[in-house]
Amino acid sequence: MTEQHAFDMTCPLPLAQYPRVLMAHGGGGRLMQQLIEKMFRAAFGNTVQNHDAARLDIPQARLAMTTDSYVVRPLFFSGGDIGALAVNGTVNDLAMAGAKPLYLSNSFILEEGLEMETLWRVVQSMRAAADHAGVSIVTGDTKVVERGHGDGLFINTTGIGVIEHDFFIAPEQVKAGDTVLLNGDIGRHGMAVLSRRENLTFDSEIESDTMPLWETVQDLLAAGVRVHCLRDATRGGLAAVLNEIATSAKMQIDIDDTAIPVDAAVKSACEILGLDPHHVANEGRFVAFVAAEDKERARDIMNRHNPRRDAACIGTVLHGKSGLVTLKTAIGGQRILDMPSGELLPRIC
Amino acid sequence: MKYLDEYRDPAAARAYAAAIRKITTKPWTIMEVCGGQTHAIVRFGIEDLLPEEINLVHGPGCPVCVTPVEIVDKAIAIAAMPDAIFCSFGDMLRVPGTEKDLLSVRAAGGDVRIVYSPLDAVEVARKNPGKQVVFFAVGFETTAPANAMAVHMAKTENLKNFSVLVSHVLVPPAMESILSSPQNKVRGFLAAGHVCTVMGTAAYAPIVQKYKVPVVVTGFEPLDILQGLYMCIRQLEEGRAEVENQYSRAVREDGNLPAQELLGKVFRVIPRKWRGIGEISESGWGLTEAYAAFDAENRFDVAGASRAEPTECISGLVLLGQKKPAQCPAFGKTCTPEHPLGATMVSGEGACAAYYRYRKTEAA
Repeated sequence: MTEQHAFDMTCPLPLAQYPRVLMAHGGGGRLMQQLIEKMFRAAFGNTVQNHDAARLDIPQARLAMTTDSYVVRPLFFSGGDIGALAVNGTVNDLAMAGAKPLYLSNSFILEEGLEMETLWRVVQSMRAAADHAGVSIVTGDTKVVERGHGDGLFINTTGIGVIEHDFFIAPEQVKAGDTVLLNGDIGRHGMAVLSRRENLTFDSEIESDTMPLWETVQDLLAAGVRVHCLRDATRGGLAAVLNEIATSAKMQIDIDDTAIPVDAAVKSACEILGLDPHHVANEGRFVAFVAAEDKERARDIMNRHNPRRDAACIGTVLHGKSGLVTLKTAIGGQRILDMPSGELLPRIC
Repeated sequence: MKYLDEYRDPAAARAYAAAIRKITTKPWTIMEVCGGQTHAIVRFGIEDLLPEEINLVHGPGCPVCVTPVEIVDKAIAIAAMPDAIFCSFGDMLRVPGTEKDLLSVRAAGGDVRIVYSPLDAVEVARKNPGKQVVFFAVGFETTAPANAMAVHMAKTENLKNFSVLVSHVLVPPAMESILSSPQNKVRGFLAAGHVCTVMGTAAYAPIVQKYKVPVVVTGFEPLDILQGLYMCIRQLEEGRAEVENQYSRAVREDGNLPAQELLGKVFRVIPRKWRGIGEISESGWGLTEAYAAFDAENRFDVAGASRAEPTECISGLVLLGQKKPAQCPAFGKTCTPEHPLGATMVSGEGACAAYYRYRKTEAA
């Protein structure tokens, strides 16, 4: 963990003189310097290096690197915001490769007219998420696009992590007989964003599940759990990642639908809208393919990092038909769990 | 979850499946009319629980599937107009017209919005007086009352910038069309529960009398469907043909009378073309004279270019219950949900799309 700096919750001067982002904030001149100094460096601390590139000290190990761009509307939703996503999403991609996240880059594309206060809230959230995940933001970039040419703000983060163990964690390592584990309930992130965006109100508010996953993965590896593959169930949800891995591993995956935890509020929202929780995005959920003998230990470790304690063994891998994912249904029937075909569209009736 | 988990209880499902096996002595072909029921049957794997004598065929009750391509083309033409805001239920957006779908109109800059209720579209019209707001009023009797209410509110408020593109279809004429075909194999129906919530059950008595087929008004949860099947099979085995109501927690014999009154004001019965089947007389609703000013087809001069259905597609026979999706040579090969050739592959509730999504191992 990096040291916690208390920072002011209000937007720092002289940015207060500019309540909205101007084109000049991306123009390379004094206003951009102020933005970097007063906002980004104030939030991210001295880890942001004052140079064209960051120099990094990395222990002798294998490296992992990943990049991701974050576009989400609305920018703030119950349980999170675009800033937390941009840190956790990239940190989690490193964790899924078994890598300890160390450094992040952070590029903003800001829309002219964005409220400076909004940017400040996002930056603070990134700082808090980075602290929580134990990563440093070491370099960045800012561009401003004309009003109407962006959706408030977009973020790209690139992450570098180190692999300090000898496990090879990848789809081709998945073996027949492996147990499929899920670290908790599914569907909350997608439904939290959708309900905020579409102004849908349900009896209880659904909170995004966004969280960093490295500590869970680290504990699994440290405990000697034979982890063969990890994948976070983001876009396309659980159904998409299971299909991807079944295809890459050339295996069949059998899932028991009754074992998959789904929050009651998510379940009812999905029923009302005609959506399938298996297809809804998550930001703090992953599947782990582990040797069957290690499944209970793995589940207990997952639950240590999940306040809901609802991690579950949801299925098994078999030779079967390559690329097929089957689902045992609530009433004991069986069906295919397919990839979502694209944008999730609420059904008519 | 309350009101859902009870209707998905595995032990009760097994008990119903056993009861069905016990009373079944002959092969029977039964059609569930509604796309929502088809969806539940494949989603929960209900066919796995049934004896092999029972053959479920999937009816024409998916509004997205049966909306004719000409109307979709009109929707696309209206949505592409510069001053229009086109509002629709979500799953109409990827229904292919002759050349493209509403999603690609949106990508090209058209203002196409997903709404959850037609009343939301009326609100869009109130907030955008400088734009023409058009709602795509598709569906069966189930969605009709809310659509009628939207038109009625627009008229009451004298909203000049709101109109509806209507493609409403009716269940009983479609059932008659299936039963009167010489190739018909359907011996019993699960009627669509939500349609009956609005319209009641009276319309089915003449069908039962004329064609001697049992009709069981049925809900949408797995146990609803299993119980509906049990009631239907029991009638068939006992040689009875009656209207029975499985979905009594939602359906009354005379339906929803205030809704019917409003429907009678706003809509009149007209012939409608069904995608995959063709025209069926007295099978749909159009706006009455009093509300004709809110008909988008009157307001905008857009002709829907029509394309013949591909000849290899058997969606018409699937909708009539004469073929199963996997019996089509194009199924899963040239016809997939991403590139549908016909009506039943278009929507998630269409029989072919549901089979493709959930059951393609059996077809392969």
